[in-house]
Amino acid sequence: MLTVSGSPHIHGDESTKKIMYGVVYAMIPAMLVSVYYFGLDALRVLLLASVAAIFFEWLIQKYLIKGPVTIMDGSALVTGILLAFNVPSNLPSWMVIVGALVAIGMAKMSFGGLGKNIFNPALVARVFLLISFPVQMTSWPKPQAIINGLTDAITGPTPLGIVKEGLDAGKTMSEITPELPTYMQSLLGQMGGSMGEVSAIALILGGLYMLIRKIITWHIPVSMLLTVVVFSGILWGIDPEHYADPVFHLLTGGMLLGAIFMATDMVTSPMTRGGQLLFGFGVGLLTILIRIWGAYPEGVSFAILLMNAVVPLINRGFKPRRFGIKPGVEIKTS
Amino acid sequence: MTGRLKTFTLGGIHPEENKLSANAPIEVLPLPKQAIIPMGQNLGAPSKPIVSRGDFVKVGQLIAEAGGFISANIHAPVSGKVLKIDNVPDASGYKRPGIVINAEGDEWDENIDRSKDVKEEIELDSKEIIERIKEKGLVGMGGATFPTNVKLMPPPGKVAEYLLINGVECEPYLTSDHRLMLEKGKEILIGTSILMKALKVEKAIIGIENNKPDAINHMTELAKSYEGIEVQSLKVQYPQGGEKQLIKAVLNREVPSGKLPIEVGCVVQNVGTAYAVYEAVQKNKPLIERVVTVTGKAVRKPSNFMVRIGTPVRELIDAAEGLPESTGKIINGGPMMGKALTSLEVPVVKGSSGILLMQENESRRKPENSCIRCSKCTYVCPMGLEPFLLAKAAKLGRFDLAENELVMDCIECGSCQYTCPASIPLLDYLRLGKTMVGTIIRNRKKK
Repeated sequence: MLTVSGSPHIHGDESTKKIMYGVVYAMIPAMLVSVYYFGLDALRVLLLASVAAIFFEWLIQKYLIKGPVTIMDGSALVTGILLAFNVPSNLPSWMVIVGALVAIGMAKMSFGGLGKNIFNPALVARVFLLISFPVQMTSWPKPQAIINGLTDAITGPTPLGIVKEGLDAGKTMSEITPELPTYMQSLLGQMGGSMGEVSAIALILGGLYMLIRKIITWHIPVSMLLTVVVFSGILWGIDPEHYADPVFHLLTGGMLLGAIFMATDMVTSPMTRGGQLLFGFGVGLLTILIRIWGAYPEGVSFAILLMNAVVPLINRGFKPRRFGIKPGVEIKTS
Repeated sequence: MTGRLKTFTLGGIHPEENKLSANAPIEVLPLPKQAIIPMGQNLGAPSKPIVSRGDFVKVGQLIAEAGGFISANIHAPVSGKVLKIDNVPDASGYKRPGIVINAEGDEWDENIDRSKDVKEEIELDSKEIIERIKEKGLVGMGGATFPTNVKLMPPPGKVAEYLLINGVECEPYLTSDHRLMLEKGKEILIGTSILMKALKVEKAIIGIENNKPDAINHMTELAKSYEGIEVQSLKVQYPQGGEKQLIKAVLNREVPSGKLPIEVGCVVQNVGTAYAVYEAVQKNKPLIERVVTVTGKAVRKPSNFMVRIGTPVRELIDAAEGLPESTGKIINGGPMMGKALTSLEVPVVKGSSGILLMQENESRRKPENSCIRCSKCTYVCPMGLEPFLLAKAAKLGRFDLAENELVMDCIECGSCQYTCPASIPLLDYLRLGKTMVGTIIRNRKKK
């Protein structure tokens, strides 16, 4: 029997599964750091979020949609881990499970499943949890290397929280700075925050891996971070006593986690390079706006979700460079 | 002269090359017992038979005439009696009109020069060359099979400046052009000079990818004695053999959307065509045979054969030491753009560059998954299109959208589908879109 099908007759070896597990591998350094600093609690949240995400995807695909079950493609696992990265390590287990349900059920499956969701599922869940359980979502355990022994976790604010509170109370940056972690501490992850966001080095390592594997391109992270540096840099240049410096903005909060793992989500970001640059710019701009003038100390999640909403519009406006058509020339079809 | 490596800039992929038959010299395949000659061997209108059942024909005798302006003559590839004029199997999977000749001996038309001498001097003038090429039934040998003479007559107001000879052979597996350049380099260069004379151009450039260094060196060396012909080595990248991509790579000129290469002063011809031009003009020989690669991972003897048109594929496979048991798919052409055949009785035609035998485990498509909007199809599209969007438009019947998004610019290279991590059959949908939009445009013009 001969198979007859249209060309092409060969296929490259990239697959959805390989891409998804590639993202999982890229998150390993940050997972290790989170367990190192936050101990078994971090492991609990990671496992719980992942298993719950996969379980809810299975449940919905099998019993609600009654279609093929695709839980092995790795996408639910990615969502689960990203959700864990976006919450404090001491979040009660049932809240983690509610988060997974929101991410998979509400943000992903109700739009039609993989590839059809408009918003980043893990971020929808994070924002849902933040609004529903503001106290638990903002009690950040202080990172303590497990080698120092498992003492009772001490909770404290994030650097962004310290700055926001300090400035609101009328302090100047030079008065606040002693309370903040040093740049080196931020690079390594010795600061309060969500589980996955604390170590810049671990996140950058994962980002480089994804760049080499061509899972992401540089456009979104670079344009987002550059916007942050320029925008916060201008403000800091004008009044360094009332605005934090650009490096502080880069290294704290969910900035790198967002730039590398969340804003680059294939499904919810624009399809062309030009669109991606604009998207990154928008995320960077909104993040600083929220961080400085918003009610919340951190704005990365909101900024990404807001920009997710305009992706369809960006896709319409930004087309690839067409072969044989001069840029800017109106395309006539009739 | 081989300068720095050039290539086209937009999109492109690099599939495994698998040039298994690159070192196999061209062998002359024994004559078929029966030649099956489909009338639709060229792009455009099918040819019209002018012989009848029972006629005795000689090799090279005209047996079918061009059926229109964009069409080509067909000549008898074997001598013998016309068995029937009937529907015959062709590469499309349908039975279509054709002529079947039972081979008897090998009696050639007396006007054909069968000597092995290489004839350098070009006696005909431009008009006579074009007329000769038309008469001898030449079409593009790279696979597109556009009648060669038509390409040599630029529309009024357009002037050709460059002749590009396509020796890229960017399809994986195929080596027929590669071997031809190594073994018939001189003839190709004379053919190129003839084409230059026909087009009245001063400059010709032969583009060859640098995975064929032997061909680049050989042709560069030979080209020194031919005025105006240069060899340009190119970085390996698929689909560099596409006309528009080749022009972009070699001359950095971009053929405008919806237009032909002549718009930027170029005419592109395949090396196989240049060889056929040599034979037609210098030797008075019609297009009755061509080089065909027979290859595949399980093929015992990957080969390059000089084959008479009309030879059933089965005979080529037998000559390559038989059909491997594991064969799951037989492709006429390369793995990226070739057509899967439905039977071994399909004959070699003017556009057959290779027969590729895929093993059972390589033959089937991977299951289709959801689009994850990764944009990889967009990044690799050499025409700057958005295949995911065009496929969706075609799927939903939104042909207006497909047209606005330039579906007609698609060259069907298959890079998008090759790359798609979700294994979506993008090109299937794009072909549907092109067919429907093409019909819509034609109907609009009629009104």
